Amino acid sequence: MNQLALSPFVESQLAALPDSGIAWLDAARREQLAAFAEAGLPGTRMEAWKYTGLRALGQRRFATGDAQAAAREVDVSAFALPGVDGPRLVFVNGAFRADLSALDSLPQGVELRPLSQALREDAEPLRFLLSRHEPEQGDAFVRLNAALADDGVLLKVAAGAKPAAPVHLLFLGAPAEGDVAWHLRHLIELGEGAELSLVEHHAASGEQRHLGTACADIVLRDGAVLHHAIFQDAAEGASLIRRSKLQLGARAAATLHVLELGGALVRHDLQAELVGDGAHFTTRGVFKVHGRQHVDTQLAIRHRALHTASDSIWRGVADQRGRGVFRGAILVAPGADGSDANLGNKNLLLSDQAEIDTKPELEIYADEVKAAHGATVGQLDERSLFYLRSRGIPLPEARALLTAAFCRAVLDDLPNTALREHLAGLLTV
Amino acid sequence: MLKIENLHARVEGKEILKGLSLTVNPGEVHAIMGPNGAGKSTLGNVLCGRPGYEVTAGSVMLDDVNLLELEPEARAAAGVFLALQYPVEIPGVNNTYFLRTALNAQRKARGEKELDSMAFLKLVREKLKVMQISDELLHRAVNEGFSGGEKKRNETFQMALLEPRLAILDETDSGLDIDALKQVSAGVNALRSPERSFLVITHYQRLLDYIEPDFVHVLADGKIVESGDKTLALKLEEHGYAWVSERAPQAAGARA
Repeated sequence: MNQLALSPFVESQLAALPDSGIAWLDAARREQLAAFAEAGLPGTRMEAWKYTGLRALGQRRFATGDAQAAAREVDVSAFALPGVDGPRLVFVNGAFRADLSALDSLPQGVELRPLSQALREDAEPLRFLLSRHEPEQGDAFVRLNAALADDGVLLKVAAGAKPAAPVHLLFLGAPAEGDVAWHLRHLIELGEGAELSLVEHHAASGEQRHLGTACADIVLRDGAVLHHAIFQDAAEGASLIRRSKLQLGARAAATLHVLELGGALVRHDLQAELVGDGAHFTTRGVFKVHGRQHVDTQLAIRHRALHTASDSIWRGVADQRGRGVFRGAILVAPGADGSDANLGNKNLLLSDQAEIDTKPELEIYADEVKAAHGATVGQLDERSLFYLRSRGIPLPEARALLTAAFCRAVLDDLPNTALREHLAGLLTV
Repeated sequence: MLKIENLHARVEGKEILKGLSLTVNPGEVHAIMGPNGAGKSTLGNVLCGRPGYEVTAGSVMLDDVNLLELEPEARAAAGVFLALQYPVEIPGVNNTYFLRTALNAQRKARGEKELDSMAFLKLVREKLKVMQISDELLHRAVNEGFSGGEKKRNETFQMALLEPRLAILDETDSGLDIDALKQVSAGVNALRSPERSFLVITHYQRLLDYIEPDFVHVLADGKIVESGDKTLALKLEEHGYAWVSERAPQAAGARA
């Protein structure tokens, strides 16, 4: 390996490999870190990173973890969400905070704890998930995360269990003495016929420029149902790179509502594998960028079983010098006959300097498949704007009103009414 | 109240209004008639400040306010209302929310207290009664999926709620069957008052059977070529606009 080629970013992350005392885990981590160091950060010549340049990030150094994370003062009540009053797991700068979490009286059939605790108590059941190689060769952040993440969320819902209250996962960035990089690994599993409502919430407790990475593996066994809302409102200067991977068994159904509002550099690889017959995957998402924000969503849905269905509606809004990137890729694998795939991405450009790059992809290798996809980029309708202004609504308000209306459809079928109204309100500003 | 003098306006570089002058006093209803392409709709849009309509000469005063200097929203707050020929559908924006936002924006601009939702709903109920329309339209998105008649009724309802001093009706009769026309006209008539003036832009005399004007003006080639009382509309109905264009060169010639 050529040491001279290491970017400041890569170099800063090689410093501290966590020592778990678990031989197989430490070996896997060493291997992942070596592979990360060798490949470095991907360049824009790689298709998956074509529209998201990492050169500036590569020049920055981050401390690996925040040693003071446990002592950071955070008012957790400021991040309460309407309609979200179940168990809560809180991380501050990537460190689990038992004092801020609410894990007493977990509903029947729900196992929810930090990954670090599970590893301490009995690591063996996690061996398969944490030691195997990622099939996506070459994804730098997945490797980095596999090497350095020593905590995360472990959430299991027993077969048939249907806890009523939504689980709130809160990831907070808090100001520290320098820029911190944190890495979290989440393992979530819904047993057969289980049903769970989950809120993944990224927020800022003060301005900072940290980098967070998170890799989530979400498994839905046959007939399981997941309602997953992701509300990303990270600090203006924060970088957040996530990969969520879902696997859906037979007749399992996952519905994701995603709101990307914050962050400076945000990337989300959202991958769904529909491996069981009749699995159903629905996504509704909005990304809204302004200033110099860069938000990149890479949605990949793979139909691998009979009569699987996916339905995705995404809206993007870019103002000022903001840049939004959306790739929506659907694969219908050989044998996934009778699949039904739908994907639409509409975007609004609110300024001359804003940019949206959207790319739908469709690959079909099966028979009797219904598939539709489309992407558009446009501007606010002048006639509508004039109509609102002619009734007395000033231009900035008229623009905000129409922009919110444009995004609104994405939230329409979020079942949690209180949460829906709260998030809809955030789209109006 | 409204005083338009020697108004010239261009759309996409083409001169449409060519020296239009008109004075409207409080409480008066003026009908603007004319053949297609005469500049009728341009007049309404210019008065409301629609982007793309460029005024090259002349003045428009509403009392002592120079309307041409104001943004469209400021003209609305000053009391100008345009009922559109083709009201725009705005999916995702609830009609009630839209109306309250508009009314409160106008009140704020005029330095009046904004209405809370209770006070607003009370006002809405009053106006619904006066206009004799059901509240069903209020729960839907603005004009989305409305029939032609519903859209025009919604425009009239907005007018009732916003209480403009100058209401401009742009081809309000277009696309309406006779029942809808009667209903919309009744709504407009209910809003007539000594303080409120109307500019009724129409191609056909039919609307004026229901909304009786105090004055009728004929607009041809960008200016008013003939003015009179409501009997002028009947003459037009009888003779057609050709009758006006025959007379128009004389009018132009007389001035030259």
